[in-house]
Amino acid sequence: MRVCLIAALVTLIFIEEPRLAGQERAAATAKASAPIDITGYWVAFVTEDWRFRMITPRKGDYQPVPMTPEARKVADAWDPAADEAAGNQCKAYGAAAIMRLAARFHITWQDDNTLRVESDYGMQTRLLHFNAAPSPPMPPDARTWQGYSSAQWDRPASLKVATSNLRSGYLRKNGVPYSENATVTEYFDIGPIPGGGQVLLVTAIVDDPQYLRQPFTTSSQFKKEADGSKWDPTPCTAK
Amino acid sequence: MGSNAVHRKMSRSTTTILAAAFLCTFTCRTALAQVELTGSWTPRNHEFLTGDGLPVDFTGMPLSEEGRLRALSYSESQLEMVEHQCQGWPAFYLVQGPFGLRIWSETDPLKGNVISYTIGGWEDRAPMTIWMDGRAHPSEYALHSRSGFTTGAWEGNTLVTYTTHMKAGFLRKTGAPSSDEATTTMRFYRHGDILTILEIIEDPIYLAEPWILSRSFQLSGTPQPPIGPPCVAAYEGSVGPTAPHYLPEKNPFVDEMTTKYGVPRDAAIGKPETLYPEYRKKIPPAAAVR
Repeated sequence: MRVCLIAALVTLIFIEEPRLAGQERAAATAKASAPIDITGYWVAFVTEDWRFRMITPRKGDYQPVPMTPEARKVADAWDPAADEAAGNQCKAYGAAAIMRLAARFHITWQDDNTLRVESDYGMQTRLLHFNAAPSPPMPPDARTWQGYSSAQWDRPASLKVATSNLRSGYLRKNGVPYSENATVTEYFDIGPIPGGGQVLLVTAIVDDPQYLRQPFTTSSQFKKEADGSKWDPTPCTAK
Repeated sequence: MGSNAVHRKMSRSTTTILAAAFLCTFTCRTALAQVELTGSWTPRNHEFLTGDGLPVDFTGMPLSEEGRLRALSYSESQLEMVEHQCQGWPAFYLVQGPFGLRIWSETDPLKGNVISYTIGGWEDRAPMTIWMDGRAHPSEYALHSRSGFTTGAWEGNTLVTYTTHMKAGFLRKTGAPSSDEATTTMRFYRHGDILTILEIIEDPIYLAEPWILSRSFQLSGTPQPPIGPPCVAAYEGSVGPTAPHYLPEKNPFVDEMTTKYGVPRDAAIGKPETLYPEYRKKIPPAAAVR
């Protein structure tokens, strides 16, 4: 009996664990090793900050964003017509703000190590790169609204995304700014809704020493939809 | 004791340890797959969750017809009444309110497992005990309290709790009601020093569908108080012979959200369809831009 137990233990420690580790290495693509499945169609369930997300808030309605005095000056000078004229109508649809918009999102695997997140509102596309080194700082003209996102599975069941190299944009549609030096850290978690359905929770932390007195933290909920029948591509608008 | 006896005893001990280690290989992963939740957590108040800026602000709420009728009949002057001054809010207010959390645990002194977590209270929110020992919820006829009865279990690194037996109260301070049949499921996600609580409130009477909210807190070295100052009711002058209220269609504040922020009335009074993106298309273009 003792011999059997010891043999089983030895087998487990010295044979089984390396075998399992080997399997994990063999399945090392992000897609194959995903601990959660966040692909599919997700709709924002706008239960918080309704007046800041469903409509364009009025100029000066900034609560409760922890803005620096410089940010307030910039926001007070917000001019949506000028943004549109300059081709900057997507300033409020960048990676620091887009998951807070009242939109639908379609999440798919672009390849084995890249998640693709598309929005219908603003028609933006984010690429979340797994197994990729963080991107070095890019020159201003190479930056995009969605920046560069590195992704990793945050064990046991979460996705962590770090985004940098952004074009400066708006945290809210009424001109609350973030700078090109802003970084965004996001955590994607899922859970069931009692009675049926699934909820995606995205906790986003925007760090921007220039325009934020402290990291701006929000968490947004999305419900899973069966298909894309309500998908409604709509261009960015500055107003 | 001879050397053979000592050897046999040591062998038995070794076998016991190995057997325990063997069993632990299969069972302890679950037991250890937890995160530390105890400590003080300060709120990240970057979302306007209290929704109490104006008397009629039910934006973001999927109220049922009955819930809306009661919400619009509410007058905040009720809080002047002695019997209402210390009524406090149900357990789910910990996600909506502006305060931090102090969480501590009670541990079984023999087995070492957590019997319960307690989330400390505040002036208008009672402490909430989360029972982790597998006990059942009481009969539906059992006493209801402000904090209700809560059980919890770990799903991987996520603490999932379920609360029943809350007294009837309010879903929002502006008067959206909650019934004593309301229940709450909370999921506690910890990522480093950030704790995000996802809250799903169900109320078969006053909500048309589950209301889902979330809020983040940051781990703090500064202790959060485990209780708030005591509420002491006091006479604040007569509010008349009846409880302050508004009759149907008579709430004078129903259009304040529209006037001040450009929010359509359907959204201000909590119609469920206003919580989905497609409602944007029903809003007049640039209604709020000034």
